[in-house]
Amino acid sequence: MKAFARAAFALAAGMALNAGTGRTALAQDTTFRGITLVGNYDPLRDKISVAVLPVSGAFGDSLRAIIQRDLDFSDRFTILPVEGGDVDAARAGGAASGLNYSIFQRLNAAAVVQMTSMSNGIHVALHDVAKGQVVNVGDFALPSAGFSREWRLAVHRTSDEIARWMTGQRGIAATRIAYIRGSGKSAAIRIVDSDGAGEITVPTDENGFGPAWHPSGTMLAYHTYGDVASRIVLFDLATANSRTLATAPRNTQYITPSFTPDGTSILYARSGENGSDIYAVGLSGTDAPRRLTAGRGAQNTSPTSSPDGRRVVYVGNGHGQPELYIMDADGTDARLLTEYDFSDKNYRSDPDWSPDGRLIAYQEQIGPNFQIRTIRATGGAPKQLTSEGANEQPSWAPDSRHVVFTSTRSGVRQLWVLDTETFRMRQLTTSAGSRLAAWSSRLTQ
Amino acid sequence: MNATRRIAGLTAALLSATMLDACRHKAPDQPAPAVIPAAGPNADSARAAQEAAARRAADDAARRRAADSAAAAAAAARDAAAAAGALRTTLTAMVHFDYDQADLRPDDRAILDAKVPILTANPAVMIRVAGHTDERGSDEYNLALGQRRASAVKAYLVQHGIAESRVQTISYGEERPMAQGTDEGAYSQNRRAEFEITGGPQTLRKP
Repeated sequence: MKAFARAAFALAAGMALNAGTGRTALAQDTTFRGITLVGNYDPLRDKISVAVLPVSGAFGDSLRAIIQRDLDFSDRFTILPVEGGDVDAARAGGAASGLNYSIFQRLNAAAVVQMTSMSNGIHVALHDVAKGQVVNVGDFALPSAGFSREWRLAVHRTSDEIARWMTGQRGIAATRIAYIRGSGKSAAIRIVDSDGAGEITVPTDENGFGPAWHPSGTMLAYHTYGDVASRIVLFDLATANSRTLATAPRNTQYITPSFTPDGTSILYARSGENGSDIYAVGLSGTDAPRRLTAGRGAQNTSPTSSPDGRRVVYVGNGHGQPELYIMDADGTDARLLTEYDFSDKNYRSDPDWSPDGRLIAYQEQIGPNFQIRTIRATGGAPKQLTSEGANEQPSWAPDSRHVVFTSTRSGVRQLWVLDTETFRMRQLTTSAGSRLAAWSSRLTQ
Repeated sequence: MNATRRIAGLTAALLSATMLDACRHKAPDQPAPAVIPAAGPNADSARAAQEAAARRAADDAARRRAADSAAAAAAAARDAAAAAGALRTTLTAMVHFDYDQADLRPDDRAILDAKVPILTANPAVMIRVAGHTDERGSDEYNLALGQRRASAVKAYLVQHGIAESRVQTISYGEERPMAQGTDEGAYSQNRRAEFEITGGPQTLRKP
């Protein structure tokens, strides 16, 4: 009972804060995609209060911790600190489902997640506290080897489904981030889970660089640079096989590969003695690459497709300084996206088009450092997302809400994740020299 | 037989004269020979001592001559190596660039001008130009910028008569800094093109 009182106090404090922002807790109730919420609910700003009950059985504690963290990292839920004693008290109420909803109501919980270990996975029940009933159930298979990457991914997928039950939108826990860690010859492509756990190293040639995800999440593309012939390489994550898609001729290098949204081809920059131009090449490798830009000595790099595949945003310095341009997918109708100021030493680069098509995140030099900004794909005033340290190389999560980027705010280059709605920031990596992150799509396999 | 005896007598006389001569020429401050001939009227022993001294003198002279010629040869080799090293140093001297620029500065042109005659005099020599950038700016964009810098260097050499096929260009972007640090001192050293001799004879010919 003591622990329960503590939790209730914490909630009361939270409610007081909520009242301080001018939101009225007693307005008309909202039923949003299956969970009844007390008061008006803004899905972008407000968080649903969720209690995740302890899980019995092997790996139960780890499973609960991962689910709680995933929901927390989605920035759409407030995880209530429920302890074993609280649950016993709640059960003692003797409700039909085994939960005393009035106690969770007093905790201000909108939902309770109850998980039960089964022989081949877990059974999940979602309780709507206001309705006092179970509103959704599901069985989730988990690989038997606890803590394996596959097991963790299966748990993340469970989190994402629970998030979908509550908000109508799948979470982004079952995703991974590919990036470069290390410097010089020790630099390598790594892949880490969305929560920062389970890092692996991709076996590449010495100078593997600039990883990009296939839309299916089953394949990476990267390029190589340096004193061996530059290549674009495809790496199959299931089989760990590498395949060279294209080898650059002498005095030329292929850089900044990215897949088109239909997954059938790669956009990349060919950087040589006549500047850098953007090309497209099919994954079959049988068709000749198609050139999309005519730089005439200028430097065009970093192409990224719009999610409908009809346009491409890229970096060009045709006006002198690196700026963002948008062209049609066939290379016609190139237009300056970022506003060019002749009196300014502009430097804008590393664009990434949000999966919902609305925004383009990029880096811009502001003062001595680069900062992350977003601009609408239709142009207009940019919005600055960072200001602490140097912040570069943004990549959108599949929810078009979170962005992973490189930041020096902790002293050395690390990957950080920003929620562009609440501006909450979390550090993803803890090994120095992490950079060039690419966020995968939702991983279904 | 008389003649033989007469020659022997002459030889003895000559030897005595040589002995006296040697004594007369001996400088007072010269160190004593290692073996001092026994004093006394024993002509054989005196003769043996004289012969040994003569041999030693001849050997010393020969050793000195050998040492002198070896030193001369070494000096010549050193000079040649220094000349070749100087050519090599000139050929691999770096050029530097301004921030986010691939244009050659006047001091860059002077450094490249010095390479041209060496490349012309050594037509078998192949070189690789690697473009580098400082750590500011986009990691990926800097790979392209490094390529532009290497290409600008190559274009200059080709304009000055060096065959296109002899100059390879690559880029390391900001991935191989020469100087660590986050100030202009480090940045200006890192914005560079490096030269590597990738083919041709070991010894470079003077222009």
